[in-house]
Amino acid sequence: MQVSEKDVEQLAFLSRLDLTAEDKAVYTKSLNAILDYLAMLKKLDTAAVEPAAHVLPIKNVFREDKLRQSLDREQVLANAAEVGEGAFVVPRIV
Amino acid sequence: MKLLTLSVHQLGELMERKEFSSEELTRVHLERISQVEDEIKAFVTVTEEAALAQARAVDQKRARGEELSLLAGIPMAITDNICTDGVKTTCASRILYNFVPPYDAEAAARLKGAGAVLMGKCSMDEFSIGPAEEKSGFFSARTPFAPEAAPGGSSGGAAAVAAGEAAFTLGSDTAGSLRQPAAFCGVIGLKPTYGRVSRYGLISYASSLDQIGPFARDMADLALILNTICGHDAKDSTSAAVAGPDFKKSLINDVKGLKIGLPKEYLANTEPRAAVKIWEAAAQLEELGAVCEEVSMPHTEYALPAHYIISSAEASSNLARYDGVRYGLRVDADDVLNMFSKTRGQGFGDQVKTRIMLGTHVLSAANYDDYYVKALQVRTLIKQEFARTFEKFDCLLTPASSTIAGQSRKETDGPLAAYWSKACNIPVNLAGVPAMSLPFGLVEGLPVGLQFIAPHFGEEILLRVGYTLQQNTEQTRLKPGLAC
Repeated sequence: MQVSEKDVEQLAFLSRLDLTAEDKAVYTKSLNAILDYLAMLKKLDTAAVEPAAHVLPIKNVFREDKLRQSLDREQVLANAAEVGEGAFVVPRIV
Repeated sequence: MKLLTLSVHQLGELMERKEFSSEELTRVHLERISQVEDEIKAFVTVTEEAALAQARAVDQKRARGEELSLLAGIPMAITDNICTDGVKTTCASRILYNFVPPYDAEAAARLKGAGAVLMGKCSMDEFSIGPAEEKSGFFSARTPFAPEAAPGGSSGGAAAVAAGEAAFTLGSDTAGSLRQPAAFCGVIGLKPTYGRVSRYGLISYASSLDQIGPFARDMADLALILNTICGHDAKDSTSAAVAGPDFKKSLINDVKGLKIGLPKEYLANTEPRAAVKIWEAAAQLEELGAVCEEVSMPHTEYALPAHYIISSAEASSNLARYDGVRYGLRVDADDVLNMFSKTRGQGFGDQVKTRIMLGTHVLSAANYDDYYVKALQVRTLIKQEFARTFEKFDCLLTPASSTIAGQSRKETDGPLAAYWSKACNIPVNLAGVPAMSLPFGLVEGLPVGLQFIAPHFGEEILLRVGYTLQQNTEQTRLKPGLAC
């Protein structure tokens, strides 16, 4: 199934990727080439096959809800572009 | 310089005999790095001062007569998607160009704990999203065997070991990134079983496929490194609760009676000059007493599209965290939504953006069953096919890459042409089984790698086969004709 430039615009919006009009045309073309190739999977009948999200029989891991040492706030904030009052600062939201 | 081609074991023993200090060995490697880096470009960051300080600390411990690991004082490097405390870790992406992790990845911590000296961080494709160390956000590494050829995606770590810039390195493998570069650079690369090595601190690309592993020159070194990095870690919830064996016990020079399968579908798609070497290796293994037999794994051709879907889906989710807020690049804008979009639009490269959008597409409600669920079903079939094959065989022998280093690709191979070169690697990640790339001679001056695949937690068989070949043929020990 092919995607249109409008679909790519929506995908870029959902993915939070700012694309130029030129980009949109390029990605539409490359995504469609990939989707054409992926269509080969249709040849294979998998109706009776269980999907495998994981390769090993692993289960959810729980731990006790106990207070533990974590990174210092200063360390955690050290990589941010903008901080203030011990928090990450972002542009106005509302 | 002879020191630059020795194994970890040889270097460790020479240091124990006080032939030279770790500081001296580190200086020799730093000199080597400054000498060859213009050509090889295996490093994103070189940590000269920290390396010398670490080396001196090891020397002091040795002078005090403390008991040390053989890894103590050995120069190593780590691929730039594995977090290192206080050392910039960029994933070769503009979006993380300035990220300095405040902690070590578990595997890095274990190696540092053993005293290995970090020389720096190795180059890679942006976020390991390959395919062939050609899509770095910064620059591309080169194989020491052919300066015009890429080292195989996606790790400069193999090039660093081959060029004598580090005695061993640590990388990760989502689609063959430990095995193809090893093949192209003439070193050993091993992707352990999924869950064998903690992924804590490995920057995620496709979490159900990613696994950390080593590049080395020698099978005994490989065993030593695996003994150090394998084992359960509570900080990684997918870490397997399986005790790591003593891999040194698998260094057995004997393959008598071992049953080795050669999957037809892997060989059919391989560059003929590389395929010839696989048959040559099979003949040699038979001479040494193994039984080699062709086998069919008919679902192999579906592995590549399934892997592409699953890895894109997981990447689109994992890479959502780069938003300009907590770390990395931020491109300012008036409102938060534009800040996110501009940051991500300018921070990620084309390949990464393509994957993120494709992943978003295959996970959308309208396409989920046709693509994502379908790919997971194919994964089940691939996994079952490996399980069935391993009922009959102890391990499998395939090419480590469908192409030879530097081979140009045909336009007719389609949009995923570059991934075709990894067609022999990709099924392994889907099934989560361990696999190793071992050098086996040259074709027209370029190295060829064998890939051995074992059942889940069957690394011991890989070590045994690799060790036997290393004891019996010089073809497994390749040296680039790089000026020393």
